[in-house]
Amino acid sequence: MGTITVEGKEYEVDEEGYLVNLSEWIPAMADIMAKDEDCELTDAHWEVLNFLREYYEEYQIAPAVRVLTKAIGKKLGKEKGNSKYLYELFPYGPGKQACKYAGLPKPTGCV
Amino acid sequence: MAKVDFDTPEMQEVSILPKIKPGSMEHSSPFVAKDIHQEPLGFPGELVENFEEKVVEKMGDLLDKYRGFRVFLDSCVKCGACTDKCHYYLGTSDPKNMPVGRQDLLRSVYRRYFTFAGKYFPKLVGARDVSKEVLDEWHSYFHQCSQCRRCSVFCPYGIDTAEISMAAREILDSVGYGQKYCNEIIGKVFKIGNNLGLPGPALEDTLEGLEEDVMDDTGVEVKFPLDVQGAEVLLVTPSADFFAEPHIDGLMGYAKVFHAAGISWTISSYASEAANFGMFIGSYDNMRKISQRIRKAAMDLGVKRIVFGECGHAWRVAYSFLNTLAGPWDFLDPKYPVPQHILEVTHGLIQEGKLNIDKSRNDDIVPTFHDSCNVARASRMGDKPGGQFEIPREVIKAVCNNYVDMAPGTTHEATFCCGGGGGLLTDDLMEIRVKGALPRMEAYKQVTENNGVTNIVAICAICKAQFTKILPFYGFGMDAIMSAHQLVSNAIVLEGEGQDDADESEASEA
Repeated sequence: MGTITVEGKEYEVDEEGYLVNLSEWIPAMADIMAKDEDCELTDAHWEVLNFLREYYEEYQIAPAVRVLTKAIGKKLGKEKGNSKYLYELFPYGPGKQACKYAGLPKPTGCV
Repeated sequence: MAKVDFDTPEMQEVSILPKIKPGSMEHSSPFVAKDIHQEPLGFPGELVENFEEKVVEKMGDLLDKYRGFRVFLDSCVKCGACTDKCHYYLGTSDPKNMPVGRQDLLRSVYRRYFTFAGKYFPKLVGARDVSKEVLDEWHSYFHQCSQCRRCSVFCPYGIDTAEISMAAREILDSVGYGQKYCNEIIGKVFKIGNNLGLPGPALEDTLEGLEEDVMDDTGVEVKFPLDVQGAEVLLVTPSADFFAEPHIDGLMGYAKVFHAAGISWTISSYASEAANFGMFIGSYDNMRKISQRIRKAAMDLGVKRIVFGECGHAWRVAYSFLNTLAGPWDFLDPKYPVPQHILEVTHGLIQEGKLNIDKSRNDDIVPTFHDSCNVARASRMGDKPGGQFEIPREVIKAVCNNYVDMAPGTTHEATFCCGGGGGLLTDDLMEIRVKGALPRMEAYKQVTENNGVTNIVAICAICKAQFTKILPFYGFGMDAIMSAHQLVSNAIVLEGEGQDDADESEASEA
C-alpha cells in the first residue's frame, strides 16, 4: 500500500496505484496519476474520464468496452467510437488505465 | 501494450529446449491477499504465527482427503519426461518451472513430515522443514503454474502438477498467505454474483445495449433475456462475456443461435458467472459455494436446461464436478446433458440443419483453433471420446471456408496453455504470462507464415483476455484473437435479416 499526494493531502492507493477509498476521488488526482505514467491528460482524455465517472455513479462499475466506445462515438463522432482511438489515449488499456485515473475500481476477472 | 521491464523471448522456428537458468523467475510473485480478501473466503487475514505447525497439519489433512495427492507425491521417479513440457519452463528456463522442479518444492516438505526416510535422514532424501522462505517460494512458483495439466499427459505415472499446485495454494490460504487476484474475485462472486463485480442494473443496461447492436447490424430483434422466469435454458457464462472484447462478440453469437433455433433462454443476475476460481485455489468449500449459486438460479427461474458459455475452467468444474458440487439435477429435463456446452448446442443445431449459415461471410478470416487446457485435458464434450476437440473444430468449419490447425504436439491433448490460466491472469504476473505464451505464439507464428492464418480462435474467457494482452508482445495485433461464437455470429443468417433494407430500396424504387 502506498499513498499519493494531491494538493497537499495524502490519499491511500493500492499496489497498482488505484485509489483505495473511491469516495475520496478529486479531478486533480487524475492529472497526478497520469503524470506518474508519463501521460499528459488532454480534453480528449477528460471526455473519456467524465463518461466513466457518470457511468460509475449510476451503475457502480466501469462500463463494458463496447458501451464506452459507443458512448464516445455518439458524442465525438463515429471515427472515434472504436477501441483503437481509446488505446491511443490510454495505451495500457482504456479499461484499466482510464478507470484508475477516474477513481473507479479496477475491473477484475477474465478481462 | 503495457510498459514492462523484461524482454519478450525470441520465437524460434522449432522450439529449442532452453539451457537452464536457475533462479531466473524467483522475483515473480503475485500480490498477497489482504484480510479483506481472505476473510470472506474463510481464511485467516494474515500469516498466522504458528504457520509451521499449521502447514503440516493442513498438508496431513489434504493427504487424508485426496488419495491422488499422496500418490503424486510418492510416485515420481525423476525420469525427466516432464522437464521440457511446461510452457513456463520453455519460456523462462527456470528449472523450478520444470514440472518435477515445481512438485519438489512441496514434495520436499511432504517427505520431511510424512515419510520415514525424511523424518530420520532428511538430507539424504532432499527433505526440508517448513519456513517462511519455503512459503515465499511456494507463493512465487505455485503462481507460475497455470494448472493446465500438459505435464501430466507426458508423465508415465500421470502425476498431475495441477493437483499439487492447488494443494499448495490451499495450504497457503489456510495459513493466511493467499493470492490477491483470485481471492478478491471470489469475494466479488459472493457479494455481487460475478468475478467482475457487475451489479444487476449494469448487466441489464449492457444487455439492452447488445440488443440495439444486433438490431443495428441485422435489423432483427434478438433478445438478451435477464432473469426470465420459466425460460427453457439458463445460460451460465463468464462475466467477461458481458464486458470484454472479443468475449462479448461470442455472447452475441450465443444469442443469435438461441434466437434462430427458437429456444427460450435467460441469463441470471444471481448466477451471472460461469467461472469458478475456487478450483484455482484448491478450495473445495469455495468451489462448492460458487456452484450452489447456479443451482439456486436454475431452481428459482424454473429452467429445464443449463448451458455453459465459452469458459475453459468453468467447463471443467461443470462437466467433471457439477453433479457432486450442486446436484442432483433431477428437476431438469433428462433429455439433455447436465450441463451442456454452448458448442454442443450449436453443433447439434447445425447438424439438424436448423441454422441458416452463410460461410462466405467469414471469407476474410483464416482461423486456427487454440484448444483451451481445461476443456482439452480435464473434460469432454458431446457423447464421443475426443468430442472436446472435434465439436469446436466442426462448428468452426461449418461457419468458415478456411480453417488451419496448428502443428501436432501443440494442439488437442498436447495443447499449450495460453499462459494466463489458473489464476495468473493479473497484471502483477505479466512477465510470466508473456514468457509462458512463447510456445503457443511459436506455433501460431508458423501457421500465420506458412498457411496465411489471420486469427486465433478460443473458447475460454481467460485465453481471450490473455491473448488480447500478449499478442502485441510477439508482434501480432491484439484483435487477432476471436471467440468461436463470434465466427458463428458472423455467419448465421437470421430470419428477416436485412429486410428493412430491402423494403427501403423497394420503396425508393417505387
